[in-house]
Amino acid sequence: MKIGVRGLLTIATVVVLLLAAAAVLAAGPRADVTRWDYRLQARALAPGVYVVEGDNDDFSVANGCNIINTGFVVTGDGVLVVNTGPSRRYGEQLRALIARTTAQPVKQVVHLNLHPDYFLGNQAFADVPRLATAVTRAGMAREAAAYESNLYRMCGDWMLGTEALLPDTDLAVPAGGRWTVGGREFDLLALDGHTASDLVLLDRTSGVAFVGGLVFAQRVPTTPHADVAAWLRSLQRLPALGATTVVPSHGPVHADGSGLAQTRRYLEWIDREFTRYAAEGWEMNDVLRAPVPPEFRQWAAFATEYVRNVAHLYPRYERTHLLRTTPAR
Amino acid sequence: MHSPPRRRLIAALCVCAAAPARAQDRPEPGDPYQSLPFVDMHKEYLDTRPLGFDPRVQVQGPAFAEDPMNVPISVRVDPALGPIEKVVVLVDRNPIRRVLEYWPLQALPALSFRFKLEQASPVRAAVLTRAGRWHVGGTLVDSAGGGCTVPGATRKDGSWTQTLGDVSGRLFSRAPGSDGAARLRLQVMHPMDTGLVAGVPAFYVNRLSLRDGQGRELARLQAYEPVSENPVFSFDFAQPPDGGVRIVGTDNNGNRIASELR
Repeated sequence: MKIGVRGLLTIATVVVLLLAAAAVLAAGPRADVTRWDYRLQARALAPGVYVVEGDNDDFSVANGCNIINTGFVVTGDGVLVVNTGPSRRYGEQLRALIARTTAQPVKQVVHLNLHPDYFLGNQAFADVPRLATAVTRAGMAREAAAYESNLYRMCGDWMLGTEALLPDTDLAVPAGGRWTVGGREFDLLALDGHTASDLVLLDRTSGVAFVGGLVFAQRVPTTPHADVAAWLRSLQRLPALGATTVVPSHGPVHADGSGLAQTRRYLEWIDREFTRYAAEGWEMNDVLRAPVPPEFRQWAAFATEYVRNVAHLYPRYERTHLLRTTPAR
Repeated sequence: MHSPPRRRLIAALCVCAAAPARAQDRPEPGDPYQSLPFVDMHKEYLDTRPLGFDPRVQVQGPAFAEDPMNVPISVRVDPALGPIEKVVVLVDRNPIRRVLEYWPLQALPALSFRFKLEQASPVRAAVLTRAGRWHVGGTLVDSAGGGCTVPGATRKDGSWTQTLGDVSGRLFSRAPGSDGAARLRLQVMHPMDTGLVAGVPAFYVNRLSLRDGQGRELARLQAYEPVSENPVFSFDFAQPPDGGVRIVGTDNNGNRIASELR
C-alpha cells in the first residue's frame, strides 16, 4: 500500500489533533460548561468492559462535578451499568453513550456504595432494576436530601433537574461471591471501611475489577463515612481477587497494585499520626497545619480533602484520649 | 467655575446631615474583612474603650467548614500585648453572633473550642488588655451552612439525657503551638441547643470555671448557644495546675457541672 503526500498530511493532522486533545484533557476539565456536555467517553478495557473516566479532582463547576469513573459491561444479554454519576445530565449522557457503544439494552444498574456520584444519575435509569446492598440503600435514603443540596451548591446548573432516585432492589451477595448477569460471571466482594458497605465487582472473563471507593489512585481518599481500621482490613482482601485491571472510582485506571498501596499508605499514616497527635493533646487546628508527606500533598484534591479527613476522623482519635473525670460535689 | 454661595451652603448642609448615617453604612476603619455587621457587634458586645484590628491576636480555623456543627477555632494572643483581661469570640454572619467570653486568669492567653457556623463568615477574637484596649484578630471560614439550625446528634436520637454534664478530659504536656508546659483538654457532654431548631428551646452550658486543687480559680468561661454540641475545649497553662483540676459550671437551665481531674 502506498501513501501519498496528501495521505501523510492527513495522518499528521490527525496526530496533531490527537495530541492537542490529549493536552486539553491533561490540562483542564473534560467537561464543556458552555454546553452542559460532560463529553463522556467509553474506553474499552477488555471486550465488552468499558470505563467512563472522570477528572481526578475535587467537585467544581468547571469539571461538572464529574470526578468519578463509572463503567458498564456488555453481558451478551443486556448491559450492566456500574454507578450512574453525579447528576441527571450525567445519567442521561451516560445512557446515550452506552446506546452509541452497544446495541444491547441496559439490563440493570449496580451501585458500589452510597456516595452521591454513585447514584444521582439514576433518573436516566428509572426503567431498569437498580441494585445496591441493603446497607447502602438505607444510607442513600438517609443522605439523599443532604447530597442534593450539597451538589446543587457546588456544581450549579450541571445539577438542573436532578432528584435522587434511589435503588429499588436489594443486592444480596451470593455465598462464594459468584454473581451472574446476562451471559457474564462476576465475583462480588462485600467489604466495608470506606463506607458501611463497599462492593467490589470483578469481571471473571477479563479480570477487570471495579473497586469503588476502597482504592484511590493518586488522589486523597474521601472519608465522610470511613472507618479506617475496617478499610485497612478490606484492602488486605483485595489482592486475592487477582484483578488484572483496577478501576478505582477516583483516579486513573491501573494494572498493578499501586492504587491499593497508595490508599493503604495514606490510611496507615493517618492512623499512626492521628493517634500520636491525640495522645499529645493536639487541637484540630494543630492537626490541619501539621506536616504531611510530599507524596500525599501532590495527590489530587489534597488541599480540600485533607481538611475534610481531619474533620471526619480526628474527633474519634481525640475522644479515646480524653478520660472520664470523677463527678465531684 | 465657582458655585453661587447659596448652593455651596446647601451642599455643606447635605454633607453634615448625611455624615452620621454614612458612618454607620461603612465598615470600621482598618477592618480587614470590611464587615458591616461588625459595626453593630462592636456596639453590642464590646464597650467604648479604644479598639484596633491587630494580627497579634491570632485566630486559626479551617479554610472551610466541612462540619458546620463543629468548626474548630484556636485563639492565641501574642504575649507582647501584655496581660489580658478577657477574650470575646464573635462571628459576623451567624444568627447568634456571640460565641463565648474567656477570662484566662492564671492560664495563658490561648483557647481552642468548636462552634456552630450558619454560613461563611469572619470569626473574630476581641482581646481586652488590662491596659484597657481592644485588639481584634480574625479568620475567614467558608461554609455550606446549616450549623445553627439543625439539631445535634444527641438531640436527634435523645441520648443527651444519659450523658448530660459528664466531663472527660486530660492534662497533656507536649501539645504543639502551646507556649505552655501543660494543656488541659475537656469535653463536656451537653446538647448545646441554639433555640433555632423548631420546638427546641435554647439549652446550653453558660458558665465553666477551672480551679486547682487548692480551690484557686485558674480560668473562667462564659459560653453561648453557638458553642458546639458536647464541646471540646483546650486551655494552656505555663505550669501544670497544682493538685489537679476541678471543673465547675452550670447550664442556662440551672443544671450543675462538677468534676475532678487528677
